[in-house]
Amino acid sequence: MENTIIKRKKRREISPIIYFMTVPAFLLFFAFHTIPAIQGIFYSFTNWNGLNPTYTFVGFKNYLDLLKDARVLDTYIFTFKFAIIATILVNILSLTLALGLNAKIKFRNFFRAVYFLPNVLSILIVGFIFHYIFANVVPDIGKSLSIAVLSKSILGNKDLAWVGLVIVAVWQASAMNTILYISGLQTVPGELYEAASIDGANKWQSFRHITFPVIAPFFTINMVLAMKGFLMVFDHIMSLTGGGPGRATESISIMIYSSGLAGGEFAYQAANSVIYLIFIVTVSVVQIRILQKREMTFE
Amino acid sequence: MKKKSNWPLTVLLGLGSIMILLPLYMTISIALKNPKELAASLFSLPIGLHFENFVNAIKATNFFNAFKNSAVITVITVVCTILTNSMVSYAVARNMKKKKFFKFLYFYFISALFIPFPIIMLPIVKLSSQFHFNNPGGLIFLYIVYGISFNMFIYIGYIKSIPLALDEAAIMDGCNAWTTFWKVIFPLMAPINATIAILTCLWAWNDFLLPLILLGKPSNMTLPLVQYVFQSQFGVDYNLAFASYLMALLPMIVVYIVAQKWILSGVTNGSIKG
Repeated sequence: MENTIIKRKKRREISPIIYFMTVPAFLLFFAFHTIPAIQGIFYSFTNWNGLNPTYTFVGFKNYLDLLKDARVLDTYIFTFKFAIIATILVNILSLTLALGLNAKIKFRNFFRAVYFLPNVLSILIVGFIFHYIFANVVPDIGKSLSIAVLSKSILGNKDLAWVGLVIVAVWQASAMNTILYISGLQTVPGELYEAASIDGANKWQSFRHITFPVIAPFFTINMVLAMKGFLMVFDHIMSLTGGGPGRATESISIMIYSSGLAGGEFAYQAANSVIYLIFIVTVSVVQIRILQKREMTFE
Repeated sequence: MKKKSNWPLTVLLGLGSIMILLPLYMTISIALKNPKELAASLFSLPIGLHFENFVNAIKATNFFNAFKNSAVITVITVVCTILTNSMVSYAVARNMKKKKFFKFLYFYFISALFIPFPIIMLPIVKLSSQFHFNNPGGLIFLYIVYGISFNMFIYIGYIKSIPLALDEAAIMDGCNAWTTFWKVIFPLMAPINATIAILTCLWAWNDFLLPLILLGKPSNMTLPLVQYVFQSQFGVDYNLAFASYLMALLPMIVVYIVAQKWILSGVTNGSIKG
């Protein structure tokens, strides 16, 4: 009896080695992730331009100015619009592809390999390649078909440049989401389909009532991760439009990068990135809430 | 239960895959043409095979130096990430229920997933020039440290599936936590280590933002960064530019073709266990 108590106590005790294995990681992460984040918040209350040796505290001035800044508002509207459209398109496309790639088809492994290929390529370089397509190939086709809108580069068109960004984003991001959906589809027990077809369910009914409820958690994760990724869009814009024409495709990340580092607005953009943080967390939380409620109602 | 193959669907997916392969075919064919051939026809097969585009691109961008930088950064990041992140995740996973501190660590690392990089970007630029980690070494270090919040998420799901009895047996045999992990648990983690290795490799090789803000010296630049910096110098010499893009993409494409089966199952494993 006494023996087992001692044993139990021993198991509860945590050896110093465990601390040795974890505490350095904690300290490093704290020093290089948490402290910079705190510093960012700290600077957001100053007027530092990033270069001068001195700065003064200005309280909430940066935040109040941000709320009045039309240029900032534009970047939020653009980023949000881009992220919603890209997220929806990526998820529709990759769920469709996953269903196709999971069906009984010829050359299944070959097709899976092809559709995952964009995920191993650098977004920046893919962007440069598509830049050429939008600037040279599409206009050639547009001219020969005499479609006025397409006979010039869409990236130079204020109202259409975002379409180019969405195309590249969907082209690249669907690869990963497709694979995630395929792994979700593989968790659906096959007997369920047999039972459904005996009951006379058609393809759509068995998708709606069997497949989708089972992969609902994958749907939630894919929607949240895609949205978060697209709200931080950076590489696509750097290679395709640089934020232009004018400021038509300037995302929040691009603005923080260019105005914060080179534009002398260090403190102002630090405040912007605090708002950005709140924005992203809010969107993710709202999304998780809504989608998890959906998961429940489907059951 | 052998069903017939669905041919219409196969054809449809075949047509869809053209959307993936066409831009890549174009990249290869433009890289092999000269400006005259390019002007004559865009989609035709290259006739002349102008390998001088590659020679010029190698010279113009100092390709081998950038390739070396990318390779060194990626390999060291992957190896160190696996060795350190797996160990931290193991220690946290096995002690989360015993002590609040480890539960805190878990939520601390995971919650960092929601913090967008731009919020730490500006201060990191300042810190890196102050403490001189604005170089490949600093970049590797930050990849290893930042990777942990995502990697722990994946690792812990897998570690939970390894029976606790193995740890207990190892302790009975006189192992401590350190030797239990390295001798007993770590070898069992090979599948999930492969997943983490693949994802980390893709991240470190293709990342653009962190090199952009950390690596100022041209001799330190990675392949994507070099493409960005030389963009203005390529100008309208598309053949040179595409030769350069192709060479920057090729290493990952080759790795993917060789290890394709392994990569796909690695990513699938990670998402189910994670």
